[in-house]
Amino acid sequence: MSAPLLEVDGLTVTFPTARGPVDVVKGISFTLGRERLGIVGESGSGKSMTGRSILRLIRKPGKVTARRMTFDGMDLLGRSERQMRDLRGARISMVMQDPKFSLNPVMTVGEQIAEALVTHKKLPRRELKERVLAMLEAVRINDPARVAGLYPHEVSGGMGQRIMIAMMLIPEPDLLIADEPTSALDVSVQAQVLDIIDDLVTGKGMGLILISHDLNLVSRYCDRILVMNSGEIVEQCKASDLHNAQHPYTRGLIAAMPRMNEDRDELPVLDRSTWTTGAGT
Amino acid sequence: MTDAAIHLENLTISYGDTAVVHDVTFDVAEGESFALVGESGSGKSTILKAISGLAPDWTGSIAVEGKPRGHSPDRTFAETCQMVFQDPYGSLHPRKTIDTCLAEPLAIHGIGGRDGRVKDMLAAVGLDQRFRFRFPHQLSGGQRQRVAIARALMLEPRVLLLDEPTSALDVSVQAEILNLLKKLRREQGLTYLMVTHNLPVVSFLCDRLAVMRYGRVVEIAGVDALKSGQLSDPYSRELYAASGGILHPA
Amino acid sequence: MIDWLLDDSPASRLQANLGRAWRVFAALLRNLLAVVGGYIILVLIVMAIFAPLIAPYSPIGQDLANRLMPPSAAHWMGTDELGRDIYSRVVYGARITLMIVTMVAVIAAPIGLIVGAVSGYFGGWTDRVLMGVTDIFLSMPKLILALAFVAALGPGIENAIIAIAITAWPAYARIARAETITFRDAEFIAAVRLQGASSARVILRHVLPLCASSTIIRVTLDMAGIILTAAGLGFLGLGAQPPLPEWGAMISRGRNFILDQWWVATMPGFAIILVSLGFCFLGDGLRDVLDPKQGDKQ
Repeated sequence: MSAPLLEVDGLTVTFPTARGPVDVVKGISFTLGRERLGIVGESGSGKSMTGRSILRLIRKPGKVTARRMTFDGMDLLGRSERQMRDLRGARISMVMQDPKFSLNPVMTVGEQIAEALVTHKKLPRRELKERVLAMLEAVRINDPARVAGLYPHEVSGGMGQRIMIAMMLIPEPDLLIADEPTSALDVSVQAQVLDIIDDLVTGKGMGLILISHDLNLVSRYCDRILVMNSGEIVEQCKASDLHNAQHPYTRGLIAAMPRMNEDRDELPVLDRSTWTTGAGT
Repeated sequence: MTDAAIHLENLTISYGDTAVVHDVTFDVAEGESFALVGESGSGKSTILKAISGLAPDWTGSIAVEGKPRGHSPDRTFAETCQMVFQDPYGSLHPRKTIDTCLAEPLAIHGIGGRDGRVKDMLAAVGLDQRFRFRFPHQLSGGQRQRVAIARALMLEPRVLLLDEPTSALDVSVQAEILNLLKKLRREQGLTYLMVTHNLPVVSFLCDRLAVMRYGRVVEIAGVDALKSGQLSDPYSRELYAASGGILHPA
Repeated sequence: MIDWLLDDSPASRLQANLGRAWRVFAALLRNLLAVVGGYIILVLIVMAIFAPLIAPYSPIGQDLANRLMPPSAAHWMGTDELGRDIYSRVVYGARITLMIVTMVAVIAAPIGLIVGAVSGYFGGWTDRVLMGVTDIFLSMPKLILALAFVAALGPGIENAIIAIAITAWPAYARIARAETITFRDAEFIAAVRLQGASSARVILRHVLPLCASSTIIRVTLDMAGIILTAAGLGFLGLGAQPPLPEWGAMISRGRNFILDQWWVATMPGFAIILVSLGFCFLGDGLRDVLDPKQGDKQ
């Protein structure tokens, strides 16, 4: 593998609270090539914060520090806001959880996707339209011409998420960060959406960071997995090696999930004392 | 059979002009744990609302513990059947302490000995006494859900309606709540009617299940059929596969 | 004591509720303008209670030899056309102002709250009828409506209070209704209904407590307007009757001397401005502290 696409070293995100500053991400380090990386954790683990830090989307009073954070050799920490804007959407994109909240309700779908493209590159109208329709087809939307004229509230959740993906991938970025992209969707639609992300990412040789609380999902769609707990990375492994996970938290998490052919009388509950100091409830 | 804990027959529920549940018929036996499974829009939560009286526009018949149901919430019914809601952040009144929340049903029904009963119930759901006078925003999601379960049990109902009780919780917290629900049912001989979209949870907690789609029941099966991947309806099998199950011939 | 209030695990309902009230109070103290407003109101209350001890002269004692004297060491705010000390009249006038403001709040706020909560909770025809009535009252200009009622009931401070209260309640009803609608379908309301609570119980014990914050904020901010309306009525001779030292009536009588003896009208005017500002600052501070969007951090 050539030089890593993304290098993160000692990333820390701090928020001030009534009881003093709290680190929600505690000095984590990882690298990403043109592969699919899954970041798994429960709520409060810091996984979403990690995704947002890469795009420098965390606002005051939150503070992001790191020893190093580079994308394709470029330093991310020192860039000005203006320079970050050039990167966002064009080279690094982000798909979020709920299309109800992430799509602009007063613009048609076609206009929003076109806007994503036009922000970074001026194109003649006809070519713009063609590329929008081509992208809608790439995310497996039938009848793209009709859908392009619809408003976000007129499409279903699964379709909205596919539109979001179209919007984020049309400028052909190098890295896609997907933050719980299927959590708001029905089970049968989840697989479709993830297949689409998977196809597009591997087809274009992009890097993917898939953030989720669902261990099974991440193990099916990623090459490598990071498990986060309370702001730290407790496990890094290949997806295929997940059942050999070493850290008690990961093993506990896997054991605590009910199985389809469940025969246990009681689910094993995480004994947090094996890795925490006992604080918290 | 009127000795069923819950009896639904030809139940059709509408919101305004649209029928969202069509002609549903099934029974839940006394002491059984029954799951209603489906995706969003399948009408599963609406059935719970109709049984409890929160969705008044229905035709057909609903009987709980042998008594036919009316179309609105009912004091006597409250002592037979209670509901646990999905969202731990929305099901507790933000300005009332946990103690008030648990004592409220007792106050409404004029039941005495509140202090002792509240204490006992907190212990029964695994919450330390120090949570008693806190406000909901001081509790985590799992703790709030325990309070919701405690509240539902204050009137000692025989039947519990559970609307996706663990969907909004983290995996590790979900395990604790599922264990709690299983234990309580065993100890008190409760009947559960649980709505969920999560099949492994059904496998852990339930005896039978009904799969719903677009407001209709497409299949009723025992949990063994689920565990062995032998559901018969094509939609059920699709749902099963999408949830990561490995299919076998029905 | 403070540790007891801020304890994470209160041992009784009283401790929990006092603790929450304390946190709100402490948050309020961090807002400078709110503190200033609070002090002004405090001064108003102290003046009203201890008027006989604070005022150097009688508010109604005339001294025609000393009429229309400018502010001096003997008369801090000068004297009016009947030789009465204006400062003493302003101090005693604080009683009247405080009484008007308190009585209007006590009458209008509960009526508005209940009408709004009932309307929002039940919806349907109840909502339409109640809001129709509210809209009728809302669509009339406040001062004109107050005038009409006072004209019908006769001048005097009690009637002025009733008239102002009648014009004030519709706004509170609207706020309570809007607030109620945001949570009437919430699960915690459904839960209490499923326990067999009557609608009255749900509204009184579960809905009203949630409407209380926004109503308190609105009432506080309204106080300035109420004072001004009362002053307006007094100015027109329809509120407090002479010789009561109501600030608006004082301004009215001072009109005739405004050019040469400006202090007769202006001093009570300053009092009105200061008290209105005080209520506005306090109301703004309360809104920042009680704003539901900031979560129930208290």
